[in-house]
Amino acid sequence: MIDDSALDNQALPERTGPPKNAGLPEHIAALIGEPQYPETATFPVEMSYAYNTLSATENGNPLYWDSEVADELTDGMTMPVATLSLWMRPHRWEPGATKEQVALKAHFDLKEQLDLPEAIMSDNTMILHEPVRPGDVISHHQVLRSISDAKTTKLGTGRFWVIDVEYHNQNGELVGVESYTGFGYKRTAPSTSTAPSTSPENS
Amino acid sequence: MNLPTSTSTDETGTAGITLDRAVAGTALPALSYDVSATTVVLGALASRDWRPMHHDYKFATERNGTPDIFLNTPNLAAWFERFITDWTGSRGRIGRMTFRMRDSVYPGDRMVFSGAVSGSEIDETGCGWAGLDISVSVGDRLCCTCTARVALPTDETDNPWARKSDDWKP
Repeated sequence: MIDDSALDNQALPERTGPPKNAGLPEHIAALIGEPQYPETATFPVEMSYAYNTLSATENGNPLYWDSEVADELTDGMTMPVATLSLWMRPHRWEPGATKEQVALKAHFDLKEQLDLPEAIMSDNTMILHEPVRPGDVISHHQVLRSISDAKTTKLGTGRFWVIDVEYHNQNGELVGVESYTGFGYKRTAPSTSTAPSTSPENS
Repeated sequence: MNLPTSTSTDETGTAGITLDRAVAGTALPALSYDVSATTVVLGALASRDWRPMHHDYKFATERNGTPDIFLNTPNLAAWFERFITDWTGSRGRIGRMTFRMRDSVYPGDRMVFSGAVSGSEIDETGCGWAGLDISVSVGDRLCCTCTARVALPTDETDNPWARKSDDWKP
């Protein structure tokens, strides 16, 4: 669950213009605009994942089920656009892993480096470019776009940040961009409610 | 086992609609769906989301303090995609979606997708676009809002999927 009720009427970070980084440690401000964590998927795009998603949502779009339709409209099969982030999601376990793999590492870095133990995600934008096709090998990197000044909301005091994740295929073509707005914070008072005890990022 | 049934109006199929149908204020065919625990788990695993609040009742209720496991965001995105392309048909090409999560969807909920056209335009490349305002609610609870920008054919011969690089400005 992402409960952003406390964010209503709060100014979200601007996507353009000079970043608001008053009071930020220099090494964190220096990350703004810099690509981080370039990674390439460990497995190629495959149609079976598309069918799992289509089945889960009972999506009968012939574009994804009928190869003749796909040939006519998209020169072959493509993936449902909402699966953009799927190809870079780490395995739950893989040989050599010593702990659970996490996506969006830049977000967790900010929590730790700014000593903001709680976080939520409020907005998520997905921009779709070249279609993703079976056999593609997707790469991505993360870019911290902005960090707000300190803000106090009903959740606590902290900062908003915007992180873009840019996805490319093996030919270097941009296939999509996801933009996440997060709010890292410290609770202002001990909670007496049944509020989540873990950070619901990306839920 | 009885599979859950959805109610949607796929009046467009493969042929789809053209931009002239995207008049501001036009409502999209509603979609309602009875969510089960299977819906939540299937959607989470389909999106490679292994976190326990989407499959482990005890974790969700005792650690997260939520009433039950709940739908994950990438799966909701896939539901929005289905809702949009049920209306557009296969030629409709989504360019952009922005979500704002407000509440969760749990097993036992009937989620209802509703939406309307907010406007339309033809950009400088000749691509036709419709803007959509969409929401998913459970009863009186607004769970998620979504704004979307979807390319629609400007006539029966147009195919937004044929656009590449500089001719595609989502």
